[in-house]
Amino acid sequence: MPILDVKELRTYFTTLRGPVKAVDGVSFQVEKGEAVGLAGESGCGKTTTALSILKILPSNGRVIGGKILFKGMDIVKLSEDEMRKKIRWKGVSIVFQGAMNALNPVFRVGDQISEAILTHEKISKEEADERVRKLFETVGLDPERAPNYPHEFSGGMRQRALIAMALACNPALLIADEPGTALDVIVAAQVLKLMRELKKKLDLAMIMITHDLSIIAETCEKCVIMYGGKVAEYADVVSIFKDPEHPYTQGLINAFPSIKAPRTELTSIPGSPPDLLDPPPACRFHPRCPYAMEICRKEEPMPIDIGKQHYVACHLVTKK
Amino acid sequence: MEEIVRVENLRKWFPVRMGFWETLLTRRQLFVRAVDGISFEIKKAEIFGLAGESGSGKTTTGRLVLKLIDPTSGRIFFEGRDLAPLSEKEMKPVRKRMQIVFQDPYESLNPRMTIADIMAEPLRIQKIGSEEEIEKRVHQALENVQLVPPEEFLFRFPHELSGGQRQRVATGRALVLDPSFIVADEPVSMLDVSIRAEVLNLMVELVRKFGVSFLYITHDLALARHICDRIAIMYLGKIMEKGTAEQVILEPLHPYTQALISAVPVPDPESARVEVIIKGEIPSPINPPPGCRFHTRCPVVVGEICRTKEPQLVDVGNGHMVACHLYPGK
Repeated sequence: MPILDVKELRTYFTTLRGPVKAVDGVSFQVEKGEAVGLAGESGCGKTTTALSILKILPSNGRVIGGKILFKGMDIVKLSEDEMRKKIRWKGVSIVFQGAMNALNPVFRVGDQISEAILTHEKISKEEADERVRKLFETVGLDPERAPNYPHEFSGGMRQRALIAMALACNPALLIADEPGTALDVIVAAQVLKLMRELKKKLDLAMIMITHDLSIIAETCEKCVIMYGGKVAEYADVVSIFKDPEHPYTQGLINAFPSIKAPRTELTSIPGSPPDLLDPPPACRFHPRCPYAMEICRKEEPMPIDIGKQHYVACHLVTKK
Repeated sequence: MEEIVRVENLRKWFPVRMGFWETLLTRRQLFVRAVDGISFEIKKAEIFGLAGESGSGKTTTGRLVLKLIDPTSGRIFFEGRDLAPLSEKEMKPVRKRMQIVFQDPYESLNPRMTIADIMAEPLRIQKIGSEEEIEKRVHQALENVQLVPPEEFLFRFPHELSGGQRQRVATGRALVLDPSFIVADEPVSMLDVSIRAEVLNLMVELVRKFGVSFLYITHDLALARHICDRIAIMYLGKIMEKGTAEQVILEPLHPYTQALISAVPVPDPESARVEVIIKGEIPSPINPPPGCRFHTRCPVVVGEICRTKEPQLVDVGNGHMVACHLYPGK
C-alpha cells in the first residue's frame, strides 16, 4: 500500500471574482522510500496540492472533492485537532520555500527545532535537545551551532536546519517546496545530495515541488507534470524524460538546456499559463499546444495508462 | 573585431559602515571588496557572459561598466573613451549608447505608467525627437521585442502583462535609444523556465540584427553555454577563468569552474548524478582569504604557494585565460 494516495483531489479558492480552480482532479501515489516530483509552471497548483495534504490552506481555500489517503486514513475528513495530533510533523512534514525567511529570527535555531519536538511528544527538554544534536549531525551541521540564531547561519545552513526541523518527529513523508531555489548552484547541489542520502538512510517518502525539471531528474523516481490544476502526465522519471507523450511535457523538457548538450537554439512554450478563474474549455493546454485539434477544444482528455503506469491526458495519445 | 567596452584593473571597495564606538576602537576602515581588480573586453555584436555565485561581484561589475556607481580605481573604456573622469553631465550623451535590463521585471517597471510612457521615457529624458517621432520609435521598439501588434500593448499597464512580456518591455525600453551596448543582469532568473527561452532568443536576435553587444550576468551556466560567445567566471571579486563558451564549459581548467559545472543538475535521469566536489560556501568579501581566494574550498591545493601568492590570469592557449597555480603559463 502506498504511504500517500491522492485521488481526484480538488481544491478551490473562493475569491470575489468567483472560484479559482487551483487543483482540479489530481491523482498520484507515493510509496515508501520513493521520491515523487511535482513539476509545472508557476500557478499550476503544485504548492496548493502540498498545502492540501497538510490542510494548511489559506482561509479562502477549501478541499471540495477527492481523497487524500495517508496510510489508508483519509486526511480530508480529519478534524483540525486530529491533524495536529496524528498527521503534521509525525506523519507528514514540509520544508517551505525560501530558506532565508522560514526561521524565526529572534529564537535560537536549536530551540525552534526542540519546540516542535516538545509540542508533539512527551519528552523532557534535555532529551529534545539531545535529539536536536543528533538531527544536526544527520543533516551535516555542527551540533555546537544549535544555540546560534538564524542570522549566524548561511543560506545553505538554514536550509539544512529546516530539513532537520522537518525530520524532528520522524515523519513518514517529507514534502520539499522548491528546495533548490534561492540557493547558489553549489549549495543547491549540496542540499539535493543531502535529500538523496536522507531518503536512502531513513527510507523516507518524499514529494519534491519544483519548476526545475533537472532537480527532479536528479532526485526523484516518479514525476507528475501539472498544468492549470490538472495532471498532464504522470510516470516514472525515465519515461517522462525519454518518451514524453504530452506536448506540454515535451515543451518543458525542450525548454531545459543541458550543459552537456551541444549548443542549440533554445525553445520556449509560446503563450502564458491559463487564468484559473476562467480556464480554457476542454483541454486546458490547447491554446498553447502546437498540435491542437478540433476535439481538443470540445472535449476534455482523460488520463489513460499507455503501459507501465505511464499516464497521459492528451487526445493525441487517445487517438493512437 | 571592434571593441565596444574595455575594462582595466577595475576595483570597487565599499566602505563598511561601523558604529561610533567601533570606529573609535578599531580606527581602521573595513571594506567589502566587491570587485577587486578585473579586466576584460567586450567586442561588437558579442554576448559576454559573467557567471559566478551570489556575492562574487557580478552585478557590481555590471553597474560599474555603465558608471551607475563610481569605481574605486581602474579604467572603463566605452567606444574608445575613458568614462572614469566624466561628470554626470558629460555622461548623459554617453548613456544613450549604453543601457541596462534589470533582473526583476515586476520591480523595474513603474506600475503607474502605461507601456507607451515607460518606453518613451528614455527618449523624453534624452530630448530626442518630437512626440510623433517618439511614438514611431516606441512602435518600432515594441515590434522589435515581438510585442505585436504594438497598439495592443501601448495603453496597458505592467500588471496586465505576464512576466515574460514585462521583461520584453524592459528590453524594449533599453532598445528604444538604439544603444550599442546593453547590460542584462540576470534577465530571466525571475521567469518561469518555459518562457526563459523567448527572452534569451530575443537577445540573440538583437545581436544578429542590430549588432548590439551584451554583458550577460548570470548564475546559470547551462543557459550561458547556449547563448554566450565568451564567458568569464568570477569568484570573490576576481576573474578566475575566461574564454570562449566552449573553452570554459567543455574544457574548464580552474578547479572552481570545474566545481561549478559539476554542480549544475542535468535534466536526464540516466546520466551520472551530480557529485559536489567542493564544500562550504563563498567566504566574506570583507576579509578575502590571502593568496588564491579559492584555496579555502579548493580540492586540489598545489601547496604553500596557493595560501601566499595570488595567481595571475595567464593565457594557456587560444585566448583561454586561467588564474590558478596549477597552470603556470608559458
